[in-house]
Amino acid sequence: MSLSGLFVQALNGLAAASTLFLLASGLSLIFGVTRIVNFAHGSLYMLGAYVAWSLTDRLQGVFGFWFAIFASAATIGVVGMLIELTILRRIYRAPELFQLLATFALTLVIKDATLAMWGAEDLLGPRAPGLAGAITILGRRVPQYDLALIASGPLVLIALQLLLTRTRWGVLVRAATQDREMVAALGVNQAVLFTSVFALGAALAGLGGALQLPREPAGLSMDMTAIGDAFVVVVVGGMGSIPGAFVAALLIAEVKALCIALGDWQTPLGFVVAFPKFTLVAEFAVMAIVLILRPWGLMGRPDVAIRPQATTSAQLAPPGRGYDLAYLVLGAVLLTVPLLVETRSYTLVFGIDVFVAILFAASLHFLMGPGGMHSFGHAAYFGLGAYAAALCAKALNLPMWSALLAAPVGGFIGAVVFGWFCVRLSGVYLAMLTLAFSQIVWSIVYQWDGLTGGSNGIVGVWPTSIFSSKAAYYCLTLIVCGGATFVLRRILFAPFGYAMRAARDSVTRSAAIGLDVRRIQWIAFAIAGAFAGLAGGLFAFSKGSISPETLGVGRSIDGLVMVLLGGVDTLTGPIVGASVFLFLQDQIARHVEYWRAMLGLFILALVLAFPAGIVGTIRQWTFRR
Amino acid sequence: MKAKLLGGAIAAAVVSISSFASAQAPIRIGEVNSYKAFAAFLEPYKRGMELAVEQVNAAGGVAGRKIEVIARDDNANPGDAVRMAEELVSAEKVDLIAGGFLSHIGVALSDFAKQRKVVYLASEPLTDKIVWQGGNRYTFRLRPSTYMQSAMLVPEAAKLGKKRWAMVYPNYEYGQSAVATFKALLKKAQPDIEFVSDQATPLGKIDAGAVTQALADAKPDAIFNVLFGADLAKFVREGSLRGLFQSASVVSLLTGEPEYLDPLKGEAPKGWIVTGYPWYGITTPEHKAFLDAYQKKYNDYPRLGSVVGYSTIKAIAAAIAKAGGADTDKLVNAFSGLEFESPLGKVKFRAIDHQSTMGAYVGKTAVKDGKGVMVDFAYRDGADYQPSDEEVKKLRPAD
Repeated sequence: MSLSGLFVQALNGLAAASTLFLLASGLSLIFGVTRIVNFAHGSLYMLGAYVAWSLTDRLQGVFGFWFAIFASAATIGVVGMLIELTILRRIYRAPELFQLLATFALTLVIKDATLAMWGAEDLLGPRAPGLAGAITILGRRVPQYDLALIASGPLVLIALQLLLTRTRWGVLVRAATQDREMVAALGVNQAVLFTSVFALGAALAGLGGALQLPREPAGLSMDMTAIGDAFVVVVVGGMGSIPGAFVAALLIAEVKALCIALGDWQTPLGFVVAFPKFTLVAEFAVMAIVLILRPWGLMGRPDVAIRPQATTSAQLAPPGRGYDLAYLVLGAVLLTVPLLVETRSYTLVFGIDVFVAILFAASLHFLMGPGGMHSFGHAAYFGLGAYAAALCAKALNLPMWSALLAAPVGGFIGAVVFGWFCVRLSGVYLAMLTLAFSQIVWSIVYQWDGLTGGSNGIVGVWPTSIFSSKAAYYCLTLIVCGGATFVLRRILFAPFGYAMRAARDSVTRSAAIGLDVRRIQWIAFAIAGAFAGLAGGLFAFSKGSISPETLGVGRSIDGLVMVLLGGVDTLTGPIVGASVFLFLQDQIARHVEYWRAMLGLFILALVLAFPAGIVGTIRQWTFRR
Repeated sequence: MKAKLLGGAIAAAVVSISSFASAQAPIRIGEVNSYKAFAAFLEPYKRGMELAVEQVNAAGGVAGRKIEVIARDDNANPGDAVRMAEELVSAEKVDLIAGGFLSHIGVALSDFAKQRKVVYLASEPLTDKIVWQGGNRYTFRLRPSTYMQSAMLVPEAAKLGKKRWAMVYPNYEYGQSAVATFKALLKKAQPDIEFVSDQATPLGKIDAGAVTQALADAKPDAIFNVLFGADLAKFVREGSLRGLFQSASVVSLLTGEPEYLDPLKGEAPKGWIVTGYPWYGITTPEHKAFLDAYQKKYNDYPRLGSVVGYSTIKAIAAAIAKAGGADTDKLVNAFSGLEFESPLGKVKFRAIDHQSTMGAYVGKTAVKDGKGVMVDFAYRDGADYQPSDEEVKKLRPAD
């Protein structure tokens, strides 16, 4: 690798960094002011590319092209404004992270709407007129458009910095990022501020997508590939820090370009290190390292508690005897189901999936609700459990019961290792570190063909003789998942559970009365990981096969959706949330053509009707009466 | 009036019940696929299927029964795919299952089929494991496998006589095995070659500029490309801008399929040696009949997915006709060695590993009227691009 080659690769990295920065700056602004984790940011980016495609298709010439780019950014800004006005505005008072549910639903709706409007085929846009060629730098040809992109990043950075530091609006945005309540108390119209910030953030995402059009076709998977990158850049840079996002985008893009440039490296020890393969997980590895070294990102500042925060979460009351009884009766009723249906009825198959989802959701809720630690990568423990069980059964030929015992151990070990790092962080940083670890695990499982079967996974993980009938396996999952969920709940009202909630509500006060906050949180991680692993083991045997998807982001998000849908501040929330989500998905996917949009609309309706989650809101109604 | 209506309704119901009883219930085919997640491929696939169902039923069905397809979306997720397959088998009482697009879903469904003892025709997934390492009695696969398609390109690649080869491929099982097969077979055909660069890119997330640059810096004479979809479009654009393809020949898997070539429009690469489906230039009568019927019904041209969807149903119909019904054991026996007519000609399901001999067209890419096309193409019969039977036997577990 020559020096001139490295230099040109660095230029490639710069071009990629600009796109990342445009995406991330909008997300960072939105989060800073509104505290919304805007999951639909990638969808807005995708829409930007599609709108730009339609416009550039009609407008020709240099002027037409650039008009189309900025017009699509403006269009997406308006879309963002409408989203804020019609949906998000109604749920600002909901518990933390609840808005994530609404934006998740939006991604589903936007995806299907895009499919319906623009069709399924990728749409390749035109090259930028006037910048369609390449120039020679150090004997290598570099596209002119890349140079324009390289310039766009710093230009947007400067524009944003001027806007934030030199205008009244910018001052308000910075003030609101630091202390929303104070800004409101001083009589600033928050509604206008929030709407404008959301619109600007959306427009930046749209601009990023539109600018990408000369480099890649508008396609339906742009949303998901973009959103991950955007979150990573924002977190690595420090939430709310625009220059931080810029530096982070540079860092990540350059690391990737370097990996690609290095190629395969023959180590002196004889084996080959394939650096290009590392791009699969480069951004997450960078994020993990940065967060371990700097818990608030490169240029973020620690959250300063300006005044004691009122607890957002309601007190949990220990469930009475009646509650336990109802739980037992429900379990007993469910146990009779196999007697009422055919031996291989779909009811049983679906029931197994629901029980597994409930245990998974309950373990995540344990960490998120009472533990106060949001995990965006909970699927890692589920998947580690599933793989532990599958490997015991297939590679070691152990019987099913011991494989099922290995499952919680797998999840536990993962949670102990990752939790140790995660509990040193808080808030969104903690959540993103869990995501980074889960992505790292995912990429290892995805690549380790010899052990894990790589992307195809492990097959032939079926239950042994006694449980090979669906009815028997249904009873097994019901008893294990029901029992485990009960134990999790029991822990919440053991002294440990009280200590955990104390640590969540006030770190300083808990420390003052002698609680070792970090250790408590670490143990909470381990417990949640073990139970998620158990769910994963049961999952593996119910499906007969597992693949890296069991520990992918999709499953982590599903878990979050279930917990938030049910209500994070309630005990039965995860049970209700998991059941409702699976039921809706199953019914809608089987009977509706555009099922993702329909599912998204259902979730939006639930979000608006139950702004504290289903159980949470129902409880509020009953208390009010 | 009301009474009359009611009477009419009852009469109609009686008539329909009796007619139902007189004709036998249709044979039900359960289809599991990622219809929405990969709509670009599966919309044409679904259309091909629907056309075939219509044709089979218009000809009086098979074994005296009509056929019908019950389709389920698996959300591109193997867990959901297995649940949907369970639902199809348990609740919908389908006689066999078909479908699958992604390889890992195909592998999961094939293992499900083995466990549940139900016939599964894997139509789209390409992984070699479905018929070899993970092969089982109940699973058959229609499309030419990764191995077969890579093998079809090797003779053409060897003819180029290039010494320095670079590889670029999506970083998962499909890309890895395509490259492994290609390297091994090319090395055998042309022992003096050298592999100068390996770029494994994350699926759907290629950094095309950097990858193109790295490939160019390795100064290859020839490139084997396994990228597809948006990754391919990005690679083609960057590669032509940066002059990568001026100095290196390209041999490329799947690129001639309309699904991947058409989105490139006038920027489609020229002179790449590819596998694909040149529907505009195939003159065989069986393809012409298919093409006419498809265009008449949909007023659109078929994609390769349409051929696969259509052939899936035709293969199932042929197997049911041979088995004289939909009994699983009889179907398994019927499928082994089954010959049927596909739009690409006669295809046979090999008894040894349940892989069909459906082939692919190998040719060169060109641009005509602002669109990418294949020229100088010829059909390569899948039967000719297989490892020896001994090797297959070693790879595949006994039933």
